Amino acid sequence: MQKGKNSKPKTENFLFPKTPTGVEGLDEITEGGFPKGRPTLICGGAGCGKTLLSMQFIIKGITDYNESGVFMTFEEPSKDLSLNVKSLGFDLEQLKADKQLIVDHVRVERSEIEEAGEYDLEGLFIRLGHAIDTVKAKRVVLDTIESLFAGLDNQAILRAELRRLFQWLKDKGVTALITGERGETTLTRQGLEEYVSDCVIVLDHRVIDQVSTRRLRIVKYRGSTHGTNEYPFLIDQDGISVLPITSLKLNNEVSSEIVSTGVPGLDGMFEGRGFYRGSNILVSGTAGTAKTTIAAYFALEQCKRKEKTVYFAFEESPQQLIRNMRSIGVDLEPYIKNGYLQIHSSRPSLNGLELHLLTLRKMIRDFNPSTVIIDPISNLIAVGSEMEVRSMLVRLIDMLKLNNITALFTSLSKHHDQARPDLAEESVSSLIDTWITVRDMEGIGERNRGIFIIKSRGMGHSNQVREFVITNKGIQLLDVELGPNGILTGMARRTHEIDKQVSKIKLQGEIDRKDRDIARKRKTLESNIDALRNEFESVQEELSLLRRTEELQANIALEHEPKQKKK
Amino acid sequence: MKKEAEWHLMLYIAGQTPKSIKAFSNIKKYAEEHLKGIYSIEIIDLLVNPQLAEGDQILAVPTLVRRVPEPIRKIIGDLSNEERVLVGLNIKPLK
Repeated sequence: MQKGKNSKPKTENFLFPKTPTGVEGLDEITEGGFPKGRPTLICGGAGCGKTLLSMQFIIKGITDYNESGVFMTFEEPSKDLSLNVKSLGFDLEQLKADKQLIVDHVRVERSEIEEAGEYDLEGLFIRLGHAIDTVKAKRVVLDTIESLFAGLDNQAILRAELRRLFQWLKDKGVTALITGERGETTLTRQGLEEYVSDCVIVLDHRVIDQVSTRRLRIVKYRGSTHGTNEYPFLIDQDGISVLPITSLKLNNEVSSEIVSTGVPGLDGMFEGRGFYRGSNILVSGTAGTAKTTIAAYFALEQCKRKEKTVYFAFEESPQQLIRNMRSIGVDLEPYIKNGYLQIHSSRPSLNGLELHLLTLRKMIRDFNPSTVIIDPISNLIAVGSEMEVRSMLVRLIDMLKLNNITALFTSLSKHHDQARPDLAEESVSSLIDTWITVRDMEGIGERNRGIFIIKSRGMGHSNQVREFVITNKGIQLLDVELGPNGILTGMARRTHEIDKQVSKIKLQGEIDRKDRDIARKRKTLESNIDALRNEFESVQEELSLLRRTEELQANIALEHEPKQKKK
Repeated sequence: MKKEAEWHLMLYIAGQTPKSIKAFSNIKKYAEEHLKGIYSIEIIDLLVNPQLAEGDQILAVPTLVRRVPEPIRKIIGDLSNEERVLVGLNIKPLK
């Protein structure tokens, strides 16, 4: 059946005809939907969502793809069914009134039926055929066909008729969904449907460590490739959605736009003065190191810039978070009111990891935020093993990057005395673009907070541990104070500052004294110079007097000389 | 309800198949034998009236439905097993 996929390049462009499932995510896994015009089997245990999946297939077919449907139920009366799916926002009665849907309840009551001789199920065929023809249905659901086996005795006839039914559905050209209960060793109780169906999907409902996760797997799909993994799926008020794990290609677009951290001073520690848009940031630290505060600052900053932000709080309720943040001057409430901020609180143990991821995905799709904050990511570890957490985070980060969403995670580290990574950090650190650590710095009977950047991809950053304080006005990063033994914080910083002031005063005094000294010395010097100059001048005067006297004598001598010659 | 229609039977068939012909001749025979004069048999061909299949919850053919007297009983198959038919229709108590 799966011929010619690899061998003949000619067939590469051939697209197997498929019918969209109407289930979010399932189309991606099945690469387009269920096989068009062929029967597909959905099997699984009780309460795993078979009926809902098939109902969604029918309803979405009508509402989204304009394909009428027939829902033949062997289990629930049509009225019950309407009521059951009404809570999911599907209005069956309206669709029925619009002649786009027929819900036919086939009741098989063993006590009412007596078997006497040969028979066949032509009646069922006629009924189904009539319903299909009435609304010109393209989609058909039979839920759950093996109820027939409970109501009728003759297994041989039933098996033969079931086989005929599948062929008949194919001939009718309808895309059929048949649900079946899971058998003990085979996929279905009768071990028949899976062989005659062209596509088999198994639904599963598993509880691991008291947390239940629904999963879906495609067992076979004739004539088409498909995702082979187990995919978690979620049933919520919008019906079923499946989370494909496959898209793990690293080819998302990158932005070199910078978004501010919102914390005054922290921007300055980055060369680009902030984070890249679409990057992910991890803020790790021990308890009480203001991770949430930093996260709230970031959220506030984004809201101020009119960017939609989703805050997933796994520790605090929205009200509590708002109250706590208000105490340090961060008021998130107006942004919730004007729609830029959504705080989504839930307990990590509420769901399995996958469901958390799905919830995230749904919120991202519905709200379309440009910033996501998860506080704290480490709490999710409580509900999964390390491997699971890692795979979930990979997908989460992948998804966020794909949507160019800036994401900030906080993570609680357990090791107290050093900043080395904890489990959550270790498993995500290689995926994270920017990693900020806040830590306690303990000494001389007090505890101070320090912040530093471990890494920041594609951007230069400060190597300093900056102390910061949280007051009722918010976070304030203090300037680096270097002491003889490294960076000083808290009291030591203050002592150091006082010391510095004292020595400054001392120095000033010293300088003043020296100045005075010099002034005095200058005075002495100047008076000395004066004295010398006076002495010099008097000598000079004496000299000139002498010279003049000599000249005078010479002149006198000259005057006498010629007289003597004339004589 | 008149006396002659005290037993109202309906036979659902899908076309003139050997099975439906056999079923009809069988029920005719049993009725003549046990319910002479107080029965009526209505034959419904689902190929002609497919919409009627839903009302009586028909899935197998041939199906014999006892409408009257109540409660409604259904017997499927070609009715070749006389014992079961008679017990099923409550003509004859189970021995």
